[in-house]
Amino acid sequence: MAAFGTGVGRPLGRGGSAGFRFTFFAILSVVAMYLDQRAHYLEQVRYVLLAAVYPVQLAVNSPAAAVRWVKESFQNREELRAENAHLRAAQRDLELRSMRYEGLANENGALRGLAGALPPVAERWLAAEIVNIQLSSLRQHLLLDRGASNGVFRGQAVLDDKGLIGQTTHVGPWSADVILLTDPAHAVPVLIERTGLRTIAVGTGDAASLALPYLPGNADIRIGDLLVTSGLGGVFPQGYPVARVTEVRRDAVSPLAQVRATPLAHIDTDTEVMLVWFRADHPAAPAPAVNASGELKSGNPSMQPQPAPPKPKAAPAPDAGTAPSPGEPAPAAPAQASPPQARTPP
Amino acid sequence: MNSDSVGRLLLTALVALVLTVLPLPPILDLLRPPFLLVTVLFWSVNSPRTGGIAIGFFAGLVLDVFQGPVLGEHALALSLVTYIIVREHQRIRSKPAIQQAMIVLAALIVYEIVLLMIDGWTGQAVASAQRWVHPLTGALIWPPAVAILGYGAGRRV
Repeated sequence: MAAFGTGVGRPLGRGGSAGFRFTFFAILSVVAMYLDQRAHYLEQVRYVLLAAVYPVQLAVNSPAAAVRWVKESFQNREELRAENAHLRAAQRDLELRSMRYEGLANENGALRGLAGALPPVAERWLAAEIVNIQLSSLRQHLLLDRGASNGVFRGQAVLDDKGLIGQTTHVGPWSADVILLTDPAHAVPVLIERTGLRTIAVGTGDAASLALPYLPGNADIRIGDLLVTSGLGGVFPQGYPVARVTEVRRDAVSPLAQVRATPLAHIDTDTEVMLVWFRADHPAAPAPAVNASGELKSGNPSMQPQPAPPKPKAAPAPDAGTAPSPGEPAPAAPAQASPPQARTPP
Repeated sequence: MNSDSVGRLLLTALVALVLTVLPLPPILDLLRPPFLLVTVLFWSVNSPRTGGIAIGFFAGLVLDVFQGPVLGEHALALSLVTYIIVREHQRIRSKPAIQQAMIVLAALIVYEIVLLMIDGWTGQAVASAQRWVHPLTGALIWPPAVAILGYGAGRRV
């Protein structure tokens, strides 16, 4: 060990001098940053690295998981019976409610002039356990135990039973990194349910608070207003509950109102969250957003750029070229007829 | 370079990584020292050939996967800091632990400044006073870290 302290600045046997090695790794880092930030070429590398560090994260989570497992396995009969009764009651309650909901959905469909009620916008759910959670003021992220092998994709919506939690940012084979609504780098397009006013809710770095920084001072917003997703932005569908307004300050000197809202999801007490797949052709499905490389994410096909309508020109193009080809699915008429971002009248 | 010291290095780095990503309540999370950085700096001072810039780079890359907005951010910052430390390791090693802690404080501040600059470049700069807690806790943990990491190495630390 003592012999290691020799030859600073001189070329070493392996890898050259410290300065050379530093230059090499610095260039490597800068290239990696450029590729990751500007060109998004490194998702594959991230995928591999996420897989490589997943055992560490599982090990870190193992004490908590072990405690939970021991608790569950030594639960006595009485407790289990009580819990069972409670769950039965809760399920009956939910069934009654969903009955009412189905009736309402049918009625809504009839009012909209659709033949049958639309299926719910959420097509498939997957429960995922939270493996790791970071709730600092600089970074609010979750790690889930589901990844690409379960079909999880980048930019997928994550919910719990009360409201929106966030979206996936990086997906590994068995794990997925989720950025929370409350991360200072996250913003979600919302609308105020009472008035239909659209705005953006930005994370603050505090797990109990969202900021609405872009509302003018005379905006119609009150304490207690519910914020739901507006369906813009390409990740979340329309109408999912996000937060409730807790503070509205109107300052005579400031042109903007200072509004704070508390997320409805219990981010700090959840152990399980839901990953959601949405029906792409549903009117309430998230509108596709243009990503950094300029291409549309696979979102709502009825919103995808359609071929330009045939123009009556001097030399009429052959009809076969402009008519929908037989292989192409016929565009869903109701989905196109109703404006996809139509605000439901309050 | 003997395999024993490489094994020690990887083992301590793994333990430090686990301590770094261990979920903690927010207040403890704020005060959590940067264990992995301190470990990498310790090996850069005390075994610059085994440790050093390559270890700094790869440790930074792992940190990027866990908590970086872009891949390469922590890797660049940690490569720079380990480079400085490796260059000056003889001077640093001959100093008492308290003075070493001051140097580590300066190194960790440089590290945070690099991170802040890259955050600004990627458009996610978050100016928060909490950033500057990490260098302080890192410097505070340096003397005990030297005692623990150097334990059983059979030499004066």
